[in-house]
Amino acid sequence: MIRVWLMGATFLLLAAGCASTGSLAEDDPLEPVNRAMFTIHQPLETYVMRPIVDVYEVITPTVGQRIIANFFNNIDDLFSGVSGLLQGKLDSAGHDFGRVIVNTSFGLGGMIDFASDADIPRGNQDFGLLLAHWGAGPRPYLFIPVMGPTTLRDGAGMIGQTYASPMSWRMIDEHVALRNTLQGLGIANAMSSGIKTLDTLDRIALDRYTFIRSAYLQRRAYQADDDSYQRAAFEDFDEEE
Amino acid sequence: MKQILVMTRFFGVALVLGALSLPISAQTPETPDAQVQRIVNEVIEIIRTDPKVQAGDVKRVRELLDDKLLPHFDFKRMTMLAMGRNWRVASPEQQTALVEQFKTLLIRTYSGALSQYKDDKIDVKPSRARPDDKDITVRSEVIRKGESPVSVDYSLVLGSDGQWRCYDVIVGGVSLVTNYRDDFNQQVKNGSIDGLIKTLTDKNQGGA
Repeated sequence: MIRVWLMGATFLLLAAGCASTGSLAEDDPLEPVNRAMFTIHQPLETYVMRPIVDVYEVITPTVGQRIIANFFNNIDDLFSGVSGLLQGKLDSAGHDFGRVIVNTSFGLGGMIDFASDADIPRGNQDFGLLLAHWGAGPRPYLFIPVMGPTTLRDGAGMIGQTYASPMSWRMIDEHVALRNTLQGLGIANAMSSGIKTLDTLDRIALDRYTFIRSAYLQRRAYQADDDSYQRAAFEDFDEEE
Repeated sequence: MKQILVMTRFFGVALVLGALSLPISAQTPETPDAQVQRIVNEVIEIIRTDPKVQAGDVKRVRELLDDKLLPHFDFKRMTMLAMGRNWRVASPEQQTALVEQFKTLLIRTYSGALSQYKDDKIDVKPSRARPDDKDITVRSEVIRKGESPVSVDYSLVLGSDGQWRCYDVIVGGVSLVTNYRDDFNQQVKNGSIDGLIKTLTDKNQGGA
């Protein structure tokens, strides 16, 4: 039932066709709400997420962290392959599926990343980029506490990915302890992969909210081969010094 | 979130390496990209072998920046682009202050980033620039073991003195200038140009 609902929501989203306006700020029509969410997020980051990451990194040896990251990357690669295939990016999809096959078999279910040692590049695609390929724009931008920056499009892609994930397959889903452990590790892994760099952000950004929004939207536009932000940035500025 | 965080980690490193790699003279026969690669290699060598840089010695890092980095940036152009429409509204005094404070902010960022360098490999792509180009983009890739490569592009403009200078660094599709443009706009909208100058100044005077 949820899947049907999601598909409906996705098509609705695509029909709305919220293309980029080219202006980062204008692609954030819900800014007041997002800022409120961001205000809720900040203490969670400081007092919940950081301590979790600290504990995770202390109790998990570096090798263990690597294995866990590889395991979740392998699942991402699977979706990257599907997304790439549906976008007609055959090279990228081929690499991704090749990676999944090698890492799932020889790499013991994805725990060892032999494919990277063999220089098979990651496609880095996802369902959000697939929706972008089908015409969904980045509007509206969303900030979700703990999850961080996203857009309606990318959020829909992520929800779709979560439901389709092997983590939701019956064999894992029925084993509550296993499922919860994996989900917990997944969250810890995702948070630890970069939370400390937010310190760098504090040093360089005047307004954290704006800076994160700009970086996220630009990054996703780049991944979706959409250069509207770059063009807009320079067009109202003539060469005169 | 994960993606964006990985990216910001590269931001600092890439900025440093990028900026250090740009003393391109228009007269030399060497192509811009070959030169960028050569200088990148030289700089990596300095960072690797200089124990003071590795230990995060602020004074030494600052020296390195002053010698190798600052001459190859066009901070004025960077500030103009980051200000966008607001640049023309600013008075000459405000413009001077903005360039100065923005420059200071960026230098502070670089200083912190220098010591973050690991054994990253920098791969400069062949340049497609024509000889009469005055505004070019040099593309490169930063490769860190166990992570996906990150693209780093440098926008360069040819100055009247025949020197190429960097006015934007684009890391993984995220432009430094565009990012600050949004940030600056926000500050001006919330207050005024003087408000922005004050925010920058306060930021720069805050803890290192």
